[in-house]
Amino acid sequence: MTRLPILKMVLAVIVLGVVQSVILLQFNWFGDEASTAAKPIDTLLDVTIVLSSFIFAIVCVALGYALIKWRAKPGDESDGLPIHGNTRLEIIWTIIPVIIVLGLAGYSWAVLDDIEKTDADALHINAYAQQFAWTFGYPEDGNKWSEGELHVPVDRQVIFDLQAQDVIHSFWVPEWRIKKDAVPGLETDVVVTPDKEGTYSLICAELCGLGHTTMRATVVVESEAKYKAWLKKQTTEVPEDILKTTDQYDADQLKKEEKSGGIEGSGVIEQ
Amino acid sequence: MAVAIRQPGWYRGAIGLVLGAAFGFCLVVGLRLLSGLDAFQTEQTGYPQVVVPLITAPFGFLFGFGAFDYWFRWAAGKPTIPEDHSGHGATKWQDYFKFNTDHKVIGTQYVVTTLFFFLVGGLLALLMRAELAQPGTQIVAANTFNGLFSTHAVVMIFLFIIPVFAGLANYVLPLMIGAPDMAFPRLNALSFWLLPIAGLIFLGSFLAPGGSFDAGWTGYAPLSTGAPLGQSFFNIGVQFAGASSIATALNFLVTIITMRAPGMNLWRMPLLVWANLSTSLLVVGATPFVAGAQFMVFFDRILGMNFFNFLEGGDVISYQHIFWFYSHPAVYIMMLPGFGIISEIISTHARKPVFGYRLMALALIGIVVLSYSVWAHHMFVAGMFSWLRVPIMITTMLIAVPTGIKVFSWLGTLFYGKIHTYSTAMLFALAFIITFTVGGISGVMLGMIPIDIHVSDTYFVVAHIHFVLFGGSVFTIFAGIYHWFPKMTGRMYDERLGRIHFWGTLVGTWMTFIPMHWIGMDGMPRRVADYASQYGDWNLLISVSAFVLGAVQLIFLYNMIVSWRFGPKAGPNPWRANSIEWQVSSPPPVFNFDEIPRVVGGPYEYGTPGARHAIMGGEGEGAEVPETKPSTVTVPS
Ligand code: HEM
Ligand SMILES: [Cu+2]
Ligand SMILES: [Cu+2]
Repeated sequence: MTRLPILKMVLAVIVLGVVQSVILLQFNWFGDEASTAAKPIDTLLDVTIVLSSFIFAIVCVALGYALIKWRAKPGDESDGLPIHGNTRLEIIWTIIPVIIVLGLAGYSWAVLDDIEKTDADALHINAYAQQFAWTFGYPEDGNKWSEGELHVPVDRQVIFDLQAQDVIHSFWVPEWRIKKDAVPGLETDVVVTPDKEGTYSLICAELCGLGHTTMRATVVVESEAKYKAWLKKQTTEVPEDILKTTDQYDADQLKKEEKSGGIEGSGVIEQ
Repeated sequence: MAVAIRQPGWYRGAIGLVLGAAFGFCLVVGLRLLSGLDAFQTEQTGYPQVVVPLITAPFGFLFGFGAFDYWFRWAAGKPTIPEDHSGHGATKWQDYFKFNTDHKVIGTQYVVTTLFFFLVGGLLALLMRAELAQPGTQIVAANTFNGLFSTHAVVMIFLFIIPVFAGLANYVLPLMIGAPDMAFPRLNALSFWLLPIAGLIFLGSFLAPGGSFDAGWTGYAPLSTGAPLGQSFFNIGVQFAGASSIATALNFLVTIITMRAPGMNLWRMPLLVWANLSTSLLVVGATPFVAGAQFMVFFDRILGMNFFNFLEGGDVISYQHIFWFYSHPAVYIMMLPGFGIISEIISTHARKPVFGYRLMALALIGIVVLSYSVWAHHMFVAGMFSWLRVPIMITTMLIAVPTGIKVFSWLGTLFYGKIHTYSTAMLFALAFIITFTVGGISGVMLGMIPIDIHVSDTYFVVAHIHFVLFGGSVFTIFAGIYHWFPKMTGRMYDERLGRIHFWGTLVGTWMTFIPMHWIGMDGMPRRVADYASQYGDWNLLISVSAFVLGAVQLIFLYNMIVSWRFGPKAGPNPWRANSIEWQVSSPPPVFNFDEIPRVVGGPYEYGTPGARHAIMGGEGEGAEVPETKPSTVTVPS
């Protein structure tokens, strides 16, 4: 039995892995970054891309080598070597992946904790989702209301309290890298610190019916002063019927909590 | 005629169908009139006069068709004929349209039926891709579009991928373990006939007022509880498809556990048998949950219960927990049988034992166990308990470990082999390794919560599921069909057409589904009929590739149909394989074996001179072969 050219194969894996990583890292896969969460998430993605490139390279090199080296000649009816396994190798390819995925999981956990940390002085905004439009309430400023257009100040943490009026919707601003479903009957929220002024799209990411495709809103991130000025110009308050559905589940929620002695973390990110 | 009507069969089936429908209809109308209500109720979530007959008519058909005759006679204490084989085996094509109890006939029925639904599902997909080729609305309006992706996914999952594996295993598994048939042949036949019923119900929903079900294959409440009538068709269709899978899984479990030929201990079972054992464990444990979830939606719709009505104290998110407790295991129900197929094919065509056979079997069991603990990775952004996310992330990512073991062991099997690539089956098996690896990698990325938060519900997920389901499951299905085609039909298919089909499918799959990763990461959500114009070019490429991919499948169909009829005769064992199904004629005799084979060694003893897996009945006492010990050679490291 011939010995395997281990060194050459390792070299091939390294070359292929490096080439793939370098190519793949050229692109800004997740698009523009406009929140403090974007950086750590994109770095996590880059690390994953590099690791994946090497794993993919291992599979390609092994398959390619085997096909070049042990392809049967036409008419060759003999069998391969009766190798049934190799315990050492099998242990290696069990343990190393365990270490890799646990490492990635730990890293992901750290990033998750980081991006979901809440500040005490965070700005609370209510996002109301209904088929097929987004509206927003600004409880800290007289419960002002805006339709289809969300304004937030830059560089200040915002906690969106999501409220669905009918079916499930999902709050997603790709440039912020955050997404959370708005679920009828459940209070969910999502934390973000926008750090780049500009205009973005809020996209409903959860199928919510006929108009799901077009259920979008404009997001304007602007300086604190501009934000305040804009708010002042808004005249309407959050209408009764929207508040009613919301109050209804607040009441239900309260009843439930009383019964069960409080439900912990029911869908709400660390308060 | 009068006789024909009393005999089980299509006439009696048609009569049963009509009577069943009439019974359900009269029951509803009668009870409503008795209660002083209008005869008909046409709220969009109601229509009891339609949905009840939708349940009773299929039962009427099955009674008439003869699915229950034997059991009823037995239950009524009437004389039964245990040796009655009139419904067994096929000598003419009509026998394939009967309530046939032969596992080989049933296997063929399954494969042909499910390929038909593959075609239907594919056409639905191409309609979607036609609409998505350009931004804006051209071909179908948004409401039709929602119906298209919902029915596409449901047909592909419940009527193609899950049952086609049941069909292939139905054919080869009893042969592989040296059994004359499945443990419960009548239950087996019933399982098959539930499928076309489910299919007709799903597709029938297009005729319902308000159109087909359109809340996605996931059917999340409360979108589904308030949807038009078509959604009830989905709720009911899933019951039939689910009952079919559960009954088949029970049948496989009992068959595998009790009917193995003498000498076939657990560690001598081919990996395809291990794979179906694992799949069946998932099906019997998990499928009742999807049935339950759909019943709850159905009851909310029809009976005004409030499982998921938040205004009446219902809990919306519990639907997702129940649904995914089935539907995550379901993705492995759609993959493990394929793993089994790949192990058989790679070992046979590389002329080598499967590398690390025992760890391969244990990895399957590991996947089964882990599969039950990862469902909530579909809900990272769903607003569920936040504490549940990290534990689920860890179990999810750990599934990559047994999956990786499988990939590495297939590669290990190739090393020091004699790799034959003339067969299309082997080409698909080799390509599967690479393509599935990509799907596994995107799976791990989706398992990482911070990444999933961004890409969940985008085209990245669409790319992932198609890499694992098309590049994974469907590749293994093609491999399996090509591999066992000579066994099932007794004829060879055309390898040249097979190769064209293979290369077209491989290139088509990558060109169609790779760009979906990119646009998804960049911000294109899934389940949309229109999109921002910046994604126009990629979508055009995707649509063109999808049409090429679709067209290439016609070559496959042509090859299968023509070769079945006119292909050159195949010997019993064209691939020189060791497992038992190749030691009998092609196609095998009606009762598989004159005498049950005796298993004397592992299934993959290629390369060990004189080693045997099984001694067939015909070989007589003289052919006594001593139990061979597998020789052990280790790789120099
Ligand atoms: C390494 C193994 C795998 C991992 C870690 C993994 C992980 C995931 C995750 C986390 C999601 C949820 C994404 C989201 O909705 O945000 C997902 C979706 C999905 N996966 Fe996988 N997956 C793996 C393998 C597979 C396999 C083998 C199949 C099927 C053959 C499969 C089929 C699916 C399907 C159908 C969905 C989408 C369901 C839907 O929302 O419609 N996955 N996967
Ligand atoms: Cu939506
Ligand atoms: Cu899953």
